Amino acid sequence: MARPSPQPAVAAERRRVPLGERIVEIVSDSGEGAQKAGQTFGTVCAKLGNGVWTVEIIPAEIKPPARSPAGASGIRVRFATRPVTNCGEHADLVVAFNEQVLYGRIANGAYRQGTLVLLENRWAEDPQEEVRRSYREAVEQFRAQGLEVLELPLEAACKEITGEARVGKNMFVVGMLCEIFGRDLDKALDEVRAVLGRKGDEVVALNQDLVRRGWAFAAESVPYAWEVPSERGERPIVVMNGNQAIGLGILASGMELVAMYPITPATSVSHYLGRAFPAVGGFLHQAEDEIAAIGFALGASWAGKTACTITSGPGLALKTEFLGFASMAELPLVVIDVQRGGPSTGLPTKVEQGDLLAALFGEPGDTPKVVIAPATIEECFHFVILARRLAEEFRTPVVVLTDANLATGVSTFPRPRLEPQWIAGPVDQSPWPDGLAPFDWDPVSGLSTRPIPGQRGGEYVVTGLAHTRQGKVAYDAESNQEGCEMRSRKLAALGGTLVAPEPHGAAEGEMLVVGWGSTLGAIEEAVDILRAEDRAVASLHLRFLSPFEPGLADIFGRFRRVMTVELNYSDDPASPLANAENRRRAQLAQLLREKTLVDVDCWSAVRGQPFGPGEIAQAVRARLAAPAAARRGAA
Amino acid sequence: MLGPAHDPALEIPERYFTLENYDGGVARWCPSCGDFAILSAVQKICRDRQVPPEKLAMISGIGCSSRFPHYMHAYGFHGLHGRPLPVACGVKSRRPDLEVWVATGDGDCCSIGAGHWLHAARYNMDLVVMIFDNSVYGLTKKQTSPTTPLGMPTNTHPQGAILPPLNIAETTLGFPNVSFVARSVDWNPAHLYQTLATAAAHRGTSFVHILQRCPTYTPNVFDEWRQNPELTLLLTHERGVPADDVVRRVYKRQAEHDPADLAAARRLASMHEQLAIGLFYRNPEAPRYDLATSVGVGLTREQKLATIERELDRFTI
Repeated sequence: MARPSPQPAVAAERRRVPLGERIVEIVSDSGEGAQKAGQTFGTVCAKLGNGVWTVEIIPAEIKPPARSPAGASGIRVRFATRPVTNCGEHADLVVAFNEQVLYGRIANGAYRQGTLVLLENRWAEDPQEEVRRSYREAVEQFRAQGLEVLELPLEAACKEITGEARVGKNMFVVGMLCEIFGRDLDKALDEVRAVLGRKGDEVVALNQDLVRRGWAFAAESVPYAWEVPSERGERPIVVMNGNQAIGLGILASGMELVAMYPITPATSVSHYLGRAFPAVGGFLHQAEDEIAAIGFALGASWAGKTACTITSGPGLALKTEFLGFASMAELPLVVIDVQRGGPSTGLPTKVEQGDLLAALFGEPGDTPKVVIAPATIEECFHFVILARRLAEEFRTPVVVLTDANLATGVSTFPRPRLEPQWIAGPVDQSPWPDGLAPFDWDPVSGLSTRPIPGQRGGEYVVTGLAHTRQGKVAYDAESNQEGCEMRSRKLAALGGTLVAPEPHGAAEGEMLVVGWGSTLGAIEEAVDILRAEDRAVASLHLRFLSPFEPGLADIFGRFRRVMTVELNYSDDPASPLANAENRRRAQLAQLLREKTLVDVDCWSAVRGQPFGPGEIAQAVRARLAAPAAARRGAA
Repeated sequence: MLGPAHDPALEIPERYFTLENYDGGVARWCPSCGDFAILSAVQKICRDRQVPPEKLAMISGIGCSSRFPHYMHAYGFHGLHGRPLPVACGVKSRRPDLEVWVATGDGDCCSIGAGHWLHAARYNMDLVVMIFDNSVYGLTKKQTSPTTPLGMPTNTHPQGAILPPLNIAETTLGFPNVSFVARSVDWNPAHLYQTLATAAAHRGTSFVHILQRCPTYTPNVFDEWRQNPELTLLLTHERGVPADDVVRRVYKRQAEHDPADLAAARRLASMHEQLAIGLFYRNPEAPRYDLATSVGVGLTREQKLATIERELDRFTI
């Protein structure tokens, strides 16, 4: 086979440039191990003390056609001296196993002028004329667009080590990246053993050779070298993705039963629990469908073992009737919705924050419930623990909204210090107090204590029908009115225990950006960018969506404008036929307008990608440049 | 110290339960509804088994039959239409100490909840599932159900039901891992009692198909068999539903049927002119999901904490 011409040796001229952060991508066809390579490299960076955030680039199909722009599979790794809270804006360096997969990334705005592309060059010599031509065209086009393309014989170099270069080159890339960014080679070799150890010494040795070869290859062939120094604190650090954090949170909450049905992107929680749950005495039930999953969980909850069901948008829709029942019957239950693109089947592998209103209002009638949204991977862990305690204390279902960005993003955070009270205690089996009603509502807070099967003297029937304090079916006017009031008051009671959130950046100014969920890091970074430009912008992030944290109207009142930034659909104010009355606004914006009577604006998108700080900053600049609408009234 | 070892159980004053201990108040079914017979059989079985009321979990869906938990003095879960089986399985999964009964109907179980019917059989958790079959939707006022006889006029099919009915016992016998299927009738309380008592003693999911008259919408649907006991075939076997002399005197046509014989069970269940009652099939060896779901019940906080710390170690760098 014709060997591609080698690149000039440049190592002698290289000077290692220190930087605060870098963003690296590896993109490939599906099945070439790009994600494993990125995770391995990210872990090496984390172990060296960098802040790290990785996000997977996932095609919807398991095996999309090779060399297709839509089939791009890969990973982005953002690593920095300081903690990293989001996936950032533009990649600085890209390793690509073919040129076609770059088209989609370029269209998504993933790269900037000068982004360095290390491109597999074997397609230049491909036996098929069509492949050779499309490769040449692509390289020309990428260069014309301002990318710095370095064509490299990656696979040929791997073939010196292994006949299976297609699957082996991912570890070769780990070696290259470690060399380019001055990572410790031994750390990389250790990581290969940690990742592949189960597959035996032979596999480990082969992959370590590939790492070494990639290291040497980069030193010879890549004329750039950087370093990203690290600051390491005393506290031990953990590294995981959001779904693993949910799984660990379930263990630490003491919940013993999770019932779920496979659905992207929630499923990987079940993979984690399938392995880890039995050791803490827990059981993962894979139900026959989404409805059975929540029914099974609710049965366990009713019997005194507060349980959890995990799903994504389409599954949440199917669970609606049981969610309403749990609210009506005042049963504790934790429902985790890992949101993906909608509507309907939508974008199964991609991010959206489109289920907020469905979580709040999906059921017929008034069904108050608690809805909370972790903003970071670390919070995914803690919010599950919080959810169980709220569910039991307030005798209510609690919906936890995460999303595909948190689910597949991998980040570092301080190792949690476990607390015994996080873990559910034993089921109360003491005799039920004589004469105490099963719904002995406190008239102010609506709170009551729940009899648990096995408690002698507490026998009662839960029903989704209107019922009295005694749990007896009642169709009279007073009983239903009272029941609805009591269930509603619980939310006000919970809201009264919360503290007002703190704005990021400033307590007053021109514009307040309000967000929720996984957009926290990108929004705050955008605010920092804007404040560095002397713009009076701040942000506020909400963790409680039902009930809201208090004091929002006061906080909003200190800003000339308030605008939500959300990953769900809204009409652009400039869209045809849109006016202030008929414009369909983003979901949190709708809620905030109703709760605060402030004319809350919104900027949102449903492109299936997490926001980068730069695009948020640009959106804020554009809105600031537009004439301010009147704060109240017909704006 | 001399004498017997200290036994705290001896300090608990002995409780003896009478029928009144299981009485949940006046049942509000239509007068002469077949459900009364079922309620009274279940209360007797609970008394005879001396199950503490607080250990009884009565789970139901929606429909006339599903009002059942309200009329028992026990813990009850009157849930959603079609969904009692997942709830009951969830209850049993982590509370193996509770005795779980399910009251469901031909619409609740075999129509809106049919998917769970099959899977509950497959899970084979330790439950009694009573399928009240009155051949009609009663609570919503006479719509066609999956067991409505062909040609019977209903409010949704005034010209008569278009499709032949499904046979609940026969269908259940087709499900994977099914471990217990019996049939009885509301008009023979002795046989009904013995059938449900046999179901309660079985460890696994016991499906009992109960032909039950609706006095309002299907009062005559079972007349053929009620008026002519010759058309009923009483299944007898030493491992089947015990039939006392009273039952044997009524149902003179009898067949010795070994409940281990699944092929014969399916043949007997599928007969129409002859209504077979008794135990069709029982397999005490069928795998039980509840034995897996309840592993680890009762681990202490301390045991869990130590394991979670080890789990965090795996993520610590």
